[in-house]
Amino acid sequence: MKSETLAALQTARAQRQAVTLATRLNDAAETLIYPDKADGEFADDAALVAAARRAMAIGRSETVELGGQKFFLNVYVPPARLLIVGAVHIAQSLAPMAAMLDFDVTVVDPRGAWATGQRFPGVKVVQEWADEAFDEMGLDVSTAVVTLTHDPKLDDPALEAALKTDVFYIGALGSRRTHAKRKDRLAEAGITDEQFARVHGPIGLNIGAKSPAEIAVSILGQIVEVRARRLEALSAPKVAAA
Amino acid sequence: MSDALEILDQVGKWKASGKGVALATVIVTWGSSPRPVGSQLAVDDSGAMMGSVSGGCIEGAVVKEALASIADGKPRLLDFGVTDEQAWDVGLACGGKVQVFVEKVN
Repeated sequence: MKSETLAALQTARAQRQAVTLATRLNDAAETLIYPDKADGEFADDAALVAAARRAMAIGRSETVELGGQKFFLNVYVPPARLLIVGAVHIAQSLAPMAAMLDFDVTVVDPRGAWATGQRFPGVKVVQEWADEAFDEMGLDVSTAVVTLTHDPKLDDPALEAALKTDVFYIGALGSRRTHAKRKDRLAEAGITDEQFARVHGPIGLNIGAKSPAEIAVSILGQIVEVRARRLEALSAPKVAAA
Repeated sequence: MSDALEILDQVGKWKASGKGVALATVIVTWGSSPRPVGSQLAVDDSGAMMGSVSGGCIEGAVVKEALASIADGKPRLLDFGVTDEQAWDVGLACGGKVQVFVEKVN
């Protein structure tokens, strides 16, 4: 690997930009392929660029053979993000566990007493209303949003904002009853049943979780599952309609 | 814990401090294998490593090849698996097969 290639990969990560590094296996010649451009020895090789973009779309690295030459396509997608709304007790377990799973974690809560660095060592904490914070961050398909405050005035705007984007996961803490009431409130704000169906509630896998840490495990289990199923569906061969 | 980008950061740090560095990457897997395609192991010229290309079964052999690659600058393709004659030596206990690409970082 060339040092310029290493620097380009690091820059792409800092900008949350997806990139595929195509390496020819016999001599380690390198080409960087981005969603909108390519750079390197094989930047004009349409077949290679297309294969690299396909790999990027499903987030899966692979070895391909093109024109008798073998290339390894190493896909670097930005780390999945987890935005936790509510700097509450469960968030104190969820944030470090998610970081361990390589999520880029941000805790959002406008309440100063809760959103302190002291309660969340080493975690990004944003003291803002969720909808405003989301606007600044730009939610994307590699983002998951979890609301934990139990307070409609904090959770609802976050859910509304998340539902307007293509984030891969939305989950809301609260019982079935709370969730039904939430559905009614969001319906008044113009969220359809179909849109609301994207919200996982009650949040998490049903593993009998009780403590904040157990609830965090149940939430993370669900997020990991949803992400894996989505990637499986994206990478499954398309079956022609009969 | 160490994802692909943390490994690259370590590569950058080693390079910046003047060390020779090689990067090993899992490029093909067959059957059950402990680490998915794209998993990387960075190795410096003292044999220090970060990341992984298996559950620990083949790292020793990969580090040896990584040091050779740092020395001669040439990339290498390594095959590991139960059908390999090295199976009892550095094979994969899980019965899978992996191909690992090793290259020097210039």
